[in-house]
Amino acid sequence: MTNKPVNQALAAEFGLNAEEYARVLDIMGRAPTLTELGIFSVMWSEHCSYKSSRVWLRTLPTRAPWVIHGPGENAGVVAIGEGLAAIFKMESHNHPSFIEPYQGAATGVGGILRDVFTMGARPVANLNALRFGDPKNPVTRRIVDGVVRGIGGYGNCVGVPTVGGEINFHPAYDGNPLVNAMTVGIAPADRIFLSAAAGIGNPVVYVGSKTGRDGIHGATMASAEFGADAESKRPTVQVGDPFVEKLLIEACLELMATDAIVAIQDMGAAGLTSSSVEMAGKGGVGIELDLDQVPQRETGMSAYEMMLSESQERMLIVLRPGAEGTARAIFEKWELDFAVIGHLTDTGRIVVRHQGSVEAEIPLAPLADQAPLYHRPTAPSPAPGPLGAIPAARLGEDLVKLIGCPDLASRAWVWDQYDSTVGGQTVKRPGAADAAIVKVDGHRLALALTTDCTPRYVAADPEAGAAQAVAEAWRNITATGARPLAITDNMNFGNPEKPLVMGQFAAAVAGIARACTALDFPVVSGNVSLYNETAGSPILPTPAIGGLGVLEDAARAVGLAAAPGQDLVLVGADPSHLGQSLWLREGAGQEAGAPPPVDLAAERRHGDFVRARIASGEVRACHDVSDGGLLVAVAEMLMAGNTGAVLAGPTDGGFWFGEDQARYVVAVADGAALVAAATGAGVPTRLVGRTGGEGLTLPDGATISLATLRSAHERFFPALMET
Amino acid sequence: MKAGIVVFPGINRERDIAIALERASGRKPRMIWHRETDLQSLDLIVIPGGFSYGDYLRCGAMAAQSPVMESIRAHAARGGHVLGVCNGFQILAEAQLLPGALLRNASLRFLSMDCHLRVERTDTDFTAHYQRGQVIRAPLAHGDGNYFADDATLDRLEGEGLVAFRYVEPDGAATAKANRNGSARNIAGILSPNRRIMGLMPHPEDLVDPLMGGTDGAPLFEGISAALGSDRPAA
Repeated sequence: MTNKPVNQALAAEFGLNAEEYARVLDIMGRAPTLTELGIFSVMWSEHCSYKSSRVWLRTLPTRAPWVIHGPGENAGVVAIGEGLAAIFKMESHNHPSFIEPYQGAATGVGGILRDVFTMGARPVANLNALRFGDPKNPVTRRIVDGVVRGIGGYGNCVGVPTVGGEINFHPAYDGNPLVNAMTVGIAPADRIFLSAAAGIGNPVVYVGSKTGRDGIHGATMASAEFGADAESKRPTVQVGDPFVEKLLIEACLELMATDAIVAIQDMGAAGLTSSSVEMAGKGGVGIELDLDQVPQRETGMSAYEMMLSESQERMLIVLRPGAEGTARAIFEKWELDFAVIGHLTDTGRIVVRHQGSVEAEIPLAPLADQAPLYHRPTAPSPAPGPLGAIPAARLGEDLVKLIGCPDLASRAWVWDQYDSTVGGQTVKRPGAADAAIVKVDGHRLALALTTDCTPRYVAADPEAGAAQAVAEAWRNITATGARPLAITDNMNFGNPEKPLVMGQFAAAVAGIARACTALDFPVVSGNVSLYNETAGSPILPTPAIGGLGVLEDAARAVGLAAAPGQDLVLVGADPSHLGQSLWLREGAGQEAGAPPPVDLAAERRHGDFVRARIASGEVRACHDVSDGGLLVAVAEMLMAGNTGAVLAGPTDGGFWFGEDQARYVVAVADGAALVAAATGAGVPTRLVGRTGGEGLTLPDGATISLATLRSAHERFFPALMET
Repeated sequence: MKAGIVVFPGINRERDIAIALERASGRKPRMIWHRETDLQSLDLIVIPGGFSYGDYLRCGAMAAQSPVMESIRAHAARGGHVLGVCNGFQILAEAQLLPGALLRNASLRFLSMDCHLRVERTDTDFTAHYQRGQVIRAPLAHGDGNYFADDATLDRLEGEGLVAFRYVEPDGAATAKANRNGSARNIAGILSPNRRIMGLMPHPEDLVDPLMGGTDGAPLFEGISAALGSDRPAA
């Protein structure tokens, strides 16, 4: 590699096109060195520069009175009361997870943890959003196994509970699974650490693991489609060390309790390059690095390799002058590497020295300002095909089939491998409520956390589907009694150079913006993952939404488990929408029709009503109606609460399996009183049943035992993974 | 009671234990960095769960060689109380303060869920606040909790009544199904012959607050706290 001439051919190999390389020559006024070309190519990669997505992301609503830091920092920051802030973000690790599922997923967790604790937060919860290929594809099982082990292997070891997430299966992810990892942390609202470097002469410090040759050009790999040669890209995947990450969390938080830090950022994608360039660039200063001082795991590493390595568990810190001793003592206590590797300058340039020579000298302003920015052509998605004939519903049989299908089956096999209780603050564990509830240690406050997206809706109508993802996150938080505050978005799409894909992206951003504005639920952080294609076939467009809400009193949180002797009330008008429903897909093989419309005014009215009734103590359990519709929602409440029920109402598929939005099922002692209160508030409701007994009696007279439901619900994962 | 919690690099349930101890005793426990050696003033030493040294060697093997272990050994030799939970139990086994070893779970997968435990004896300072034969719930979270010892050791543990907890069904039956990690004779926790050292795999410290779903773990911390009193000198 180091012997190749630096020219347009090498630039192309590094992922820069001819026009971009011409701009490099123009900025430099000469041919770049290998290290310089490496720096340009990773900083201008899709992964680091957001060159195809930036023009659209700017249109997202990012402000609210409770937002402390929106997009642009390592993670989003919102005030949650009592002088505290929640810091959170979701990030993809899709490409590495296809190549090497265990390490890809593990380092995805590690990377997002660093984005959060680098801002001064102690991580208190992890979530994830996972998409796998067809369960019938033999590769799927291996990827599920590796990803689940990787998420658990890293999260369990660092001691941050994994409290929630979602999983879908679809053949569109066969060659391109999605691994989106979210971390949430808590910090004092007046002790947030940022990345903008300041103070000419201030020392630049490297801490954490040593630098090796792993992950070189990972950001470039994540910015291209896979061909048949995906396996050969294995060397670009990093290897995680959760033990060092745990030490790094503790050491950084200990240092953050002093006044030693001016700025701090983790070395994520593009490692030392992106951290140093971004920190200096944001602060409007120059930076000089002496690579001889970088702790190295291997001998004979070149400047190019060190600048592009994506070795994990490393941080870059700008210290106050004279604070080196304090900082060194803390990192030595935790047995981590600590090295002063440079200082800030007033030159506005990054200068990289190695073994007595200058290996790179690049002006920072043009590197950032002249980064490529594309208004790529868009094309509208074709309207989904019309619905075929609607079959007659066989409620019992259809329910048993639905709750056992890959998208609705119990996820317990997965959760049972993630430590969800470490920290001692987990009020609602995975599956216990629509959003995970994690109490803030030493306070009554709790966070409500969820991840949501229904990719088949987005594929059918990107605007409505993306708005639905935001609405569902808002609803899941509301269903616990919490107040939704903000989201992080993880935009997973195909090749943006294809107008259809770029059109999906643009429409999805519009849908997110519409929903966030209407629900006062701003976007405070996010991540874009493009080129999720293998052999020219894109994934379903998947704008995964990570939602965060707050409860003033953790004891007020409700779960989804209904108890015997309660009335079940549907909040929202009678469902009827069968387009893109799982019932039609699983029962009739139809992936057709428009997704359910998203009426955000109704969403807000119904949600505010439910939240108020939870706060008053009237609602004992609550579950939103989503995938699978009303009957699936009721069945999930009964299985969680280990009680049967007798249901009443129509007997058609539209009512019981329609996936209309803005609907909840609540369990209350007195259904008539709730219905009366709802009528007063202009919210349609209907009493749909009463809990009790051993079985579920349907309006068509059939009864299914809880045992039958449970065995159907719990079969899928063990059958896929353990046989 | 003066309690200390040992913090090895990679330990991650030290705060959970601290919360449980403070709730029971009204007193904040002291955090003991693994390089400390002076533990003379303590009544109870807890080694919490986590991944000491990443568990990159055998679980607990590195921590068992740590300087603080000599002081813990001396504390135990003085008749002091020691509690090891999860990684702490593995460390006590590696340090041979308790017999046997914790192997990979039989399923070869990490296990995280609630389990049911039967309290096998109550004439110990750790279990005095339970009823004999009582079934309690506790979260599990481990990859290596499969208790193993040779038959002679197991027979001795049983004969001397040193099994503290067993994995059981909610009705108290010690079945194979309840024994998720594959432990010999469903053993979840054991005692030293003087019953002042206890190791167990599940996490009673994570179930001491009704908000978190139950308080079945609280009597363990209340029991040891009552036994060691508020002003009791080191034994």
